[in-house]
Amino acid sequence: MAQHHGNPRESDPAIRTEALESLLVEKGLVDRSAMDAVVDLFENKIGPRNGARVIARAWVDPAFKSRLLTDGTDAIKELGFSGLQGEDMVVVENTPSVHNVIVCTLCSCYPWPTLGLPPVWYKSAPYRARVVSEPRSVLKEFGLELPESVEVRVWDTTAELRYLVLPERPEGTELMSEEQLALLVTRDSMIGVSKALSSPTK
Amino acid sequence: MNGIHDLGGMHGFGLIKSEKNEPVFHADWERRVMALFPATFLFAGYTVDEFRHCIENMGAAGYLESSYYEHWLHVYEEILDKRGFVTRAEMDKRIAEILNGEK
Repeated sequence: MAQHHGNPRESDPAIRTEALESLLVEKGLVDRSAMDAVVDLFENKIGPRNGARVIARAWVDPAFKSRLLTDGTDAIKELGFSGLQGEDMVVVENTPSVHNVIVCTLCSCYPWPTLGLPPVWYKSAPYRARVVSEPRSVLKEFGLELPESVEVRVWDTTAELRYLVLPERPEGTELMSEEQLALLVTRDSMIGVSKALSSPTK
Repeated sequence: MNGIHDLGGMHGFGLIKSEKNEPVFHADWERRVMALFPATFLFAGYTVDEFRHCIENMGAAGYLESSYYEHWLHVYEEILDKRGFVTRAEMDKRIAEILNGEK
C-alpha cells in the first residue's frame, strides 16, 4: 500500500485520481453526480444485510431453500437482489458434515448484490494463496476450528460464477423470527470463514 | 496467464491481516476510483476481461506492493491512454499542476 509522509508525490494514488477525474470531467466524459451515486450505493446501500435476508429466508422456508440451492440467481432475485457481479449465483450449503468457503484466487470476484464490496483480506495475497491449499489453517486464524470429520470444500470463483455460503442455522433459534435470524448472519459466515452467530451482537 | 495474480497455493505470504469493522473505503480516492469503473466502462468500451488482463500485466512487484484500488487506477491510466481518451502526457501535466497548487 503506497503511503506518503510529508510531501505528496506524483505516484500518490490520491493525486493520480484527482488528476484523472478532473481531466475526465473537463472532457465531458464522466458525470460527477453519477459517480457520487455509485459511491453512495456501494458505501451505504448494498451490503451483507442483503445476503443475510436471503439466508434467513432459506432457514425458515424449506421451499425457498430448495430453490436457492437449485438456482441461486433466480431465488436471490425473488428478494430483489441481482445485477452487477451477481449475474450467476451458486449457493453452497453448510451441513454438520460439510463446510464451504469461498475465494477468488485470481483477483477478487465476489457477489456484490448480496454481500457488497469485498473486505481487504479477501482480496489479499495471503488469503488467496493459502485458503485453497491449507483451508483449515486459514479458518483457524479466523477462530474457526473444525473437526477432521467435517469435510472442507473450497470454491474458487470463476470470472462469471459467484458463490455464496448458506451457513448452518444455529441451535436454539427455533422461536426467532426471520428478521431476528437475519441478525445472526454475518458477512464472514456467507464467505465461509466463520459460522453464523448464535445470538446477535452489537 | 501464468502471472503473479495466480496466487492459489503459493507459499510465503504469512498471516491474513483482517481489520475489525473495516470501512468500505479507506480513503476518499478509493471511493472515486471505484466509481470510475462504471463511469469509464460506459464510454471507453473495454470489457471486464480486458480490465483484469491489464492488472495481470502490471508486473509482479508492482502488483504485490500496491493496494487493490491502485490496481484499478493503473487500468484506467493504461486503457484511457491506449484509446486516446486521456494521454500520459495530459496526466503528467495535470499531476504537476496539482502538486504546484495550480489546480
